[in-house]
Amino acid sequence: MDFFLSRYRNLTVLLIVIVAQLLLIAYQVKTNNNVPLMRVWAVTAVTPVETALELVRRYTWGFVVDYFVLLNVRSENEKLQRDNGQLKMENHYLKAELGTADRARALSVFQAQSPSKTVAGRVIGNGTGANSKVVFIDRGSTSGVESGMAVVTPDGIVGKVVDAYPTASLVMLITDPTFAAGVISQKNRVRGTLKGQGHNDTLVDYVQNEEKVDGGEWFYTSGDDRIFPKGFPVGQVSAARNGKNFKEIYLNPSGLQSGSVEEVLVLLQGVHQQIPDGEIASPGYKILQPPADNVAGSPQPTGQPTALATDADRLREQYKQIGTEQKHVFGEGIPGSKPPDFTKMQGIRGGSPLPSLTPAVPPKPATPAGGDTGAIAQKPTGSQAAVPKSGANGGANNGPPGDSAATAPKPKPRPTAPILVTDPTDADPGSDVVPSGSPKPPAIPPPSATPPPATPKPPVPRNP
Amino acid sequence: MTEYTEHLLTEPRKDTERFRFIWLLIVPLVAILFQVYVPRFVSFLSYLELPLLITVHFALSSRAPIASVFYGMSIGLVQDSLSHQPIGMFGIVKTLVGYFAASVSMRFDVDNPFVTFILSFFFYFFHQFFYWVLDRALLGEALSFDVQQTLIFGLLNAAVALPLFRILDKLKVTG
Repeated sequence: MDFFLSRYRNLTVLLIVIVAQLLLIAYQVKTNNNVPLMRVWAVTAVTPVETALELVRRYTWGFVVDYFVLLNVRSENEKLQRDNGQLKMENHYLKAELGTADRARALSVFQAQSPSKTVAGRVIGNGTGANSKVVFIDRGSTSGVESGMAVVTPDGIVGKVVDAYPTASLVMLITDPTFAAGVISQKNRVRGTLKGQGHNDTLVDYVQNEEKVDGGEWFYTSGDDRIFPKGFPVGQVSAARNGKNFKEIYLNPSGLQSGSVEEVLVLLQGVHQQIPDGEIASPGYKILQPPADNVAGSPQPTGQPTALATDADRLREQYKQIGTEQKHVFGEGIPGSKPPDFTKMQGIRGGSPLPSLTPAVPPKPATPAGGDTGAIAQKPTGSQAAVPKSGANGGANNGPPGDSAATAPKPKPRPTAPILVTDPTDADPGSDVVPSGSPKPPAIPPPSATPPPATPKPPVPRNP
Repeated sequence: MTEYTEHLLTEPRKDTERFRFIWLLIVPLVAILFQVYVPRFVSFLSYLELPLLITVHFALSSRAPIASVFYGMSIGLVQDSLSHQPIGMFGIVKTLVGYFAASVSMRFDVDNPFVTFILSFFFYFFHQFFYWVLDRALLGEALSFDVQQTLIFGLLNAAVALPLFRILDKLKVTG
């Protein structure tokens, strides 16, 4: 053993060091826990130097620029940029809220909600690694920054805090290959997962090829990842094409448009926002205006309240009107007592202003042409069955009354069920035949209109 | 074996030159600072892997595998601490680079610019490729490896390594 260790001392040390680091990685991966002390040491050692360098750079080169070239314009410009950014965020918020259909509701929501609580930070350095896209900002846990917080600019999302140290924080940009966030498109409401690519463009993955995504369409955060509040702009589609399994959608991130991000906002308390209404895809249905209360041609008794919503309400009002005119109180009287004369109702085919009508003849089954109810109750015979029916009107409009009389030699009482005529063309204005032998009208009118038969009926004596 | 290759392989080195301890701390710190700060303003310099070049130079000039292993590991761990990856990824890669560079230096004349260029190029490619392998194998991240870009960046790093190594040699003291 001693010989082996002395003979292969270099290799042994190498293996020990490698295995130790592998165990360190395995511990971090398995417990999902960093080694904070080592990171704190490194960051604490590096970031003050970075901050000092940044200060030196700003107060040397920046001083020269400010004093000799732009004098106060630089600071004023920075202030205006800050104000502009705040106003853009506020404007974006207001637009999103006011873009909803219910303006009053949007205003109440706006009053109830407060904008996200943020803290401004400045990027002071990059992370290590050629492919990684991480930056350090000069705000840490002492400023309230915690790991997992979203980092945005007024133009869009920038990244998320992956580590928060006392004086600085490490922010993973959305272009990092390991970055992921939930996004949704503005126009077609297509959901996907934003992924970094290691370069300027980002990819929206897990979108089915069948989904519709247009070029130039905006994507917003969906809030599904519980890091970024819903409604923050992410970027515009630069290219979208079908892929092998999922659609390949590339975004131009709006938060990183200016290339090097200088000032960022860390969302200490994010507030979900509405995604601005764009050109929504066809919903597949259309909500029409409610119908007018008084439909042209529909029976509408005089003095009737105009707030009748349905045909049944109108029919009920008609019954009440007739009962009032004929001094009949519905719900009183014994069974078999005299009912009101419903033939006076407007719109009843052949209706005449009879004050009352006594059924002199027992009700007989109606002819098939007389209506659906009669047709069902009575088996059609002979030529009666051959009379074609045309919709709800039956054979009423199929020919002159004389023709029908030839096919129905024996007069039969016509059914006098109340008819609700919603279309004036359904009524038979030429019919001057007085109905006879009307059966007792039903207490509850049948739901379907029963057209009168076209056969002429013998006149019946009128009651004085 | 030609005379030239024999010269490359057998020329003795001056082992009396070494770094002062303070430079062993400052030089990698400056390299890491450069990597985290300068690309903010000069983005095309992000291809420079100065901590790797420092590791390679130390290993080639010290010719001590064990010292190079720990030196590379230290630089790599500091890099890991400033990244969002688990600590140890850069550490393992730079440990291997330090060990192999020190082993190679005992066989080649590493003062030769051509050998320096080739070794710098090779170790950059090895560093990037092995990091990609570790990333996929240990962390399961499906990152892509752009061979063409890595080769080009390797050449650029090797080109930077030549003057950088000359500057670093000036920091060594005899004794």
